[in-house]
Amino acid sequence: MAPPPRLVGKRVLRNEDARLLTGRALFVDDVRLEGMLHVAFLRSEHAHARLKRIDVSAARRRPGVVAVYTAADLGDYWRPGPLLVPPPPIPGLEFHACTQVPLVKDKSRHVGEPIAMVVAESRYVAEDALADITLDVEPLAAVVDLEAALSRGAPLVHEQLKSNRAAHVIQKKGDYDAARAAAHKVITRRFLYDRGISAAIENRAVAARWDARAEELTVWDTTQAPIPIRNGLAAMLGLLESQVRVIAPFVGGGFGPKIMMFYPEEVLVPWAAMRLGRPVKWTEDRRENFTATTQERGQVHDAELAVAKDGKILGVKDVFLHDSGAYDSYGLTVPINSQCTLLGPYDVPNYYTEFTAVFTNKTLVTPVRGAGRQHGVFVMERLLDFAARALGLDRLEIRRRNYLPPGAFPFNNEIIFQDSAPLVYDSGDYAPALEDAARMIGYEKFVREEQPRLRVAGRHVGVGVVSYIEGTGIGPYEGARVTIEPSGRVRVATGVGTQGQGHFTAFAQIVADVLDVPVEGVHVVTGDTREFNWGTGTFASRGAVVAGTACHAAAVAVRDKIVAVATRVLNQPPEKLELAGGRVTVKGAKDDGISYGALATRANPLRGAVKPGTEPGLEATAYYGPDRGSTASGVHAMIVEVDPETAMVEIQRYVVVHDCGKLINPMIVEGQIQGGVAHGIGNAFYEQLVYDDTGQLQNASFMDYLLPTATDVPRVEIAHRETPSPLNPIGLKGVGEAGCIPTGAAFAQAVEDALADFGVEITEIPLSPDKLFDLLKKTRPKKRNVVVLEGSFVFAGPRAAVWDLLQDPAVLGTALPGAMRLERTGDGHYDGLMKVGIGPVTAAEFSVRITLRDREPPARYGMIVEGKGSFGFTRGTAQVALADHKSGTEMTYRAEVQVGGTIAGVGQRLLDSVARRMTKQGLEALNKALAARL
Amino acid sequence: MPDPKATISFELNGEPATLAFAPHKTLLEVLREDAGLTGTKHGCELGECGTCTVLLDGTPVLSCLLLGLACAGHRVTTVEGMAAGGRLHPLQDAFAELGAAQCGYCTPAFLLAAQALLAVEPRPSRAAIKQALAGNLCRCTGYLKIYEAVELAAARLRGEDATPARETLYGHA
Amino acid sequence: MKPAPFEYHRPGTVEEALAVLARHSGDAKPLAGGQSLIPAMNFRLARPAVLVDLNRIPALAGIRGSADGLRIGAMTRQRAVERDATVARDAPLVAEALPHIAHPQIRTRGTVGGSLAHADPAAELPAVMVALDATFDLVGPRGRRSIAATEFYTGLFTTALAPDELLVEIAIPRPAPRSGSAFVEVARRHGDYALAGVAAVVALDDAGRCRAARIALLSVGDGPVLARKAAQAITGESLTAEAIKGAADAAASQDIDPPGDIHASAAYRRQLVGVLVRRALQRACERARSH
Repeated sequence: MAPPPRLVGKRVLRNEDARLLTGRALFVDDVRLEGMLHVAFLRSEHAHARLKRIDVSAARRRPGVVAVYTAADLGDYWRPGPLLVPPPPIPGLEFHACTQVPLVKDKSRHVGEPIAMVVAESRYVAEDALADITLDVEPLAAVVDLEAALSRGAPLVHEQLKSNRAAHVIQKKGDYDAARAAAHKVITRRFLYDRGISAAIENRAVAARWDARAEELTVWDTTQAPIPIRNGLAAMLGLLESQVRVIAPFVGGGFGPKIMMFYPEEVLVPWAAMRLGRPVKWTEDRRENFTATTQERGQVHDAELAVAKDGKILGVKDVFLHDSGAYDSYGLTVPINSQCTLLGPYDVPNYYTEFTAVFTNKTLVTPVRGAGRQHGVFVMERLLDFAARALGLDRLEIRRRNYLPPGAFPFNNEIIFQDSAPLVYDSGDYAPALEDAARMIGYEKFVREEQPRLRVAGRHVGVGVVSYIEGTGIGPYEGARVTIEPSGRVRVATGVGTQGQGHFTAFAQIVADVLDVPVEGVHVVTGDTREFNWGTGTFASRGAVVAGTACHAAAVAVRDKIVAVATRVLNQPPEKLELAGGRVTVKGAKDDGISYGALATRANPLRGAVKPGTEPGLEATAYYGPDRGSTASGVHAMIVEVDPETAMVEIQRYVVVHDCGKLINPMIVEGQIQGGVAHGIGNAFYEQLVYDDTGQLQNASFMDYLLPTATDVPRVEIAHRETPSPLNPIGLKGVGEAGCIPTGAAFAQAVEDALADFGVEITEIPLSPDKLFDLLKKTRPKKRNVVVLEGSFVFAGPRAAVWDLLQDPAVLGTALPGAMRLERTGDGHYDGLMKVGIGPVTAAEFSVRITLRDREPPARYGMIVEGKGSFGFTRGTAQVALADHKSGTEMTYRAEVQVGGTIAGVGQRLLDSVARRMTKQGLEALNKALAARL
Repeated sequence: MPDPKATISFELNGEPATLAFAPHKTLLEVLREDAGLTGTKHGCELGECGTCTVLLDGTPVLSCLLLGLACAGHRVTTVEGMAAGGRLHPLQDAFAELGAAQCGYCTPAFLLAAQALLAVEPRPSRAAIKQALAGNLCRCTGYLKIYEAVELAAARLRGEDATPARETLYGHA
Repeated sequence: MKPAPFEYHRPGTVEEALAVLARHSGDAKPLAGGQSLIPAMNFRLARPAVLVDLNRIPALAGIRGSADGLRIGAMTRQRAVERDATVARDAPLVAEALPHIAHPQIRTRGTVGGSLAHADPAAELPAVMVALDATFDLVGPRGRRSIAATEFYTGLFTTALAPDELLVEIAIPRPAPRSGSAFVEVARRHGDYALAGVAAVVALDDAGRCRAARIALLSVGDGPVLARKAAQAITGESLTAEAIKGAADAAASQDIDPPGDIHASAAYRRQLVGVLVRRALQRACERARSH
């Protein structure tokens, strides 16, 4: 048997830090190879557009360009990617798999989808060549809003399907309708929960080298799952798996989207390296990351909670829509997490949950830290808050009355989880965590004394306290190989990738404990398929649990081998041997003994020493595949102060009590939680992807997509509780995602509490000061994603003259700022060219097309102005009416302006001002032209 | 194709250096591609993430917003130049001790921004540390361990025999 | 995201810089701190054919105090101004506003003149200079001229600066006796473009009434907005809470026609202007009284 833990549970310093802190650690972007080529991708500027023609000939001619590939150039290699996670076996489940393609062939389905790949001697030249490619595309109406997507006649993301419905799932436990009928109160609300990007500070990157002589492909990939990528690439490229080596070296944060996506770039770079016989590298830039790396986004929940008079939950019903994005390669993990995590730590006897996943013309949705769990937690925790208020109960009390008791485990929720297994909680002890959190944040004193006192002083402070559970440590399996080398050093290899979780240390701690060696002497290798052949990856808070347990099992097997070899070498029975400090000694004779290194040498038998069944080496490989996951849990509490005049919120305190079973390394666990909380705070108040009605992302940069900074994140006070999992020998549960799961719910409760005087009810996350302002003013929120120009202008001339003026291309040309020419190409159709620049933006040529329609002379008409240039495109639709006025003719107009491409991603804050300025200039120019004519 | 290269001489991590590169390259690219120092990382190339921070004459700048040519005659320090005489900088030690690095990608920039702060403010308040680091994004840590590490290193650089606060090491309950 | 190629010049004097600008009329762009221009070049939104790097012109940098006030060279780094004792004493509004500009890394490199000439409507320094009634010195082939900050800003990202001219120096008058100033802004995160901001200067008469007020707003128009109605509302008045509120309401309702964006609707910006003008005036008055 292994000795009691010596290192597991301790703050062991990280083995990886020496490399990371000195800049020596290798990240994929740091890979530099002789003769390496660089890649840039031409990406769709439109969310939904038919690709009619593409001409890459000029790009191919540019000096320094080695190759340009379009879908047509890929031949048989062009095929839709794999369905990565088939949906679990839920009765009645409907699922339509539509997986992403390497390059757009017929139509693009989201902004950022790659259309062509340029390979050149440098990234500079590759980017220069993108401008040489000409496209003929026909923009199509985009599918953006979830409810509109399901309406009759909505444009279709995938024509082969009859609708934009990607999936439909119903899960039931008990009989909700009966519970509702028996309820004292039923709380019903609609909830919106939107999420954002993972925002790993390292963007994605892929580098590949084909060694034609060794017939071996090496791929460096910022992936969380190198082994599945290796297996998939080998199959796609027609190679043996052993001919492909995928290395995920140090990876600068994963948070979900670096999972085994088989991204177009991931599939194309190795292919190009083989085809060209030269190493090829692509590094995503931040702008690409915003549209080409997968995201997590909105769900709309219509939920109800049936409660008894005493606050006991009788049942929950939740019907929701889930945004899948343009393709659903990652199956239904996110919405199933939402529906399963909603139940939380509570005894919910009756549950009806139904969701519809919807295809939209937006970037793919796949798990991002939390992976849909926070949506469920938000719905449940908010329902409980509203129920408590309706019943006159304290917020904590309603939770206390509904927690599953410690004796309830294993507890079967009778629905199916994302890992295809029934949702069974392995262990938990929920109520004490709530009491700990309440004590740490001073809940009673706060609500009874501080809050009333501050309220009298005109200050608006509030507290939020919420619970959550997290299904972690799911299968299928991971493996590990532990080897003691003749030097006595221990090597551990496992298949998961590492993105900052401290695997080099946590796994070393586990192995060092079992073998009783110093932790610094355990060398861990992750993420290199040459080192370990089997495994899945790092995601779903599973690395420490699943790979950690495999490391433990392999170490135990090696320990047994040490004992077996030592028994032979020392000629002593096993029970007389002691293992400590990397040596085997005989009990009572501490000075006699043999080092593991010497035993390792002896375990590599020479000629004549091999007996049948002999296995060389002090080495063992073991696998761990749990039949279901372990359930972590916790409570978050925060105190906020809101300035109702400015709608700004300050988080003053943040307390986390969490339970991830047995801790391996508290320092690492705290880091995971603190980082998760920061991510959660971002999700609650700062980060939101804003798409306009045409599917353009309006905040595709860190300027407008706001990650919390050091000044926005409070000190996070953490207390650990340890309820071991019975599913693995150490008692581990996962923790990677926990920090960000309940944050939005806690934030909403706290802000609502702070604004109790205003009667604000929060049913939407993320909030923002702007949204809070609308809530405070009780104004109906305006659309934030489109610039609307409304106004009137008086022309100094009669209506008929004004009307004529507005049809004259020569005059219209003068009204377009920067117009170089404008010609009439048909009745009500005008084409031209304009040159526009602003501020630091160099004036660039835009082709412009104006279409007049619905003309009713001389009273009203509609106008569409479309511009297209190297920075993107713009489209304005206007309704214009003319009426007689005492000083001439009054024009009233209402226009909506939308932009796409680079200007959409980084220029939105100026859009309103620019559009207004151009309108004003145009109208004044028209008036001048009128005066000249009259 | 290959642009005519410009040549500059400057001091890189304490050593004289002469590099030739295309004139439109930013310092970030020059460091990574022409000097072979890949410890300085790409983040956003817009000046919003701080990941490419280096020191120019001891003050923190964003190497993605600085032309390589602008460094002629100046002193540039990257993370590779922090350790001296085979010993880690006290900030590097403190980051390791307190777990202030997770994935490590943004870490070089934080180290350099903190080094610049401590050079002018040996006893910074926590608010001053936050302000000094507000231009650096980290997605892993939530920043807490980073500013605790900066405080620890600051104390040691002042010659104090500092150990981390108890709550830093053992949590709050 | 890599800049496109350009021709690079690094003149050592203002005259040389002007000669290059003149030679490449319209195609050349002066490079100051580069903290706005280089990102635009990285995104290839800016593709200047010629860059004229002003960073090696020693005459353009420096802070000088005089009896008339403060003179700041256009190429003085924001960080230097932030830490300068003379600025803190003679132009406390500048010192108060500077920490709100982006982050230390940006301010280390960014220059005062660069920010002023860039004319971003959300920038702090243009509003501060308008509030301080500063004067900008411009030099070009036609000689040197001075222009009031208020006249310098002509529209969205547009100024009175001709393409062949350089902004070389900023003159800030000495604070009037019994005057006080305040800078306040609301930004999503520290260092972000403000949703709205206010720079206010108030001078009191012997009776403690407002003798003069200059209130400049940022992020609510095409450029810095001088809130004339607000200043009118308070000039000559005793600085009571009601008078200050009256001025704040005038600013919010009459002085601006703010744009909306994804971070703040026009209505929210109006609300912020009302609140921030009130707070800035209160603070400026307190400071004026204590002088």
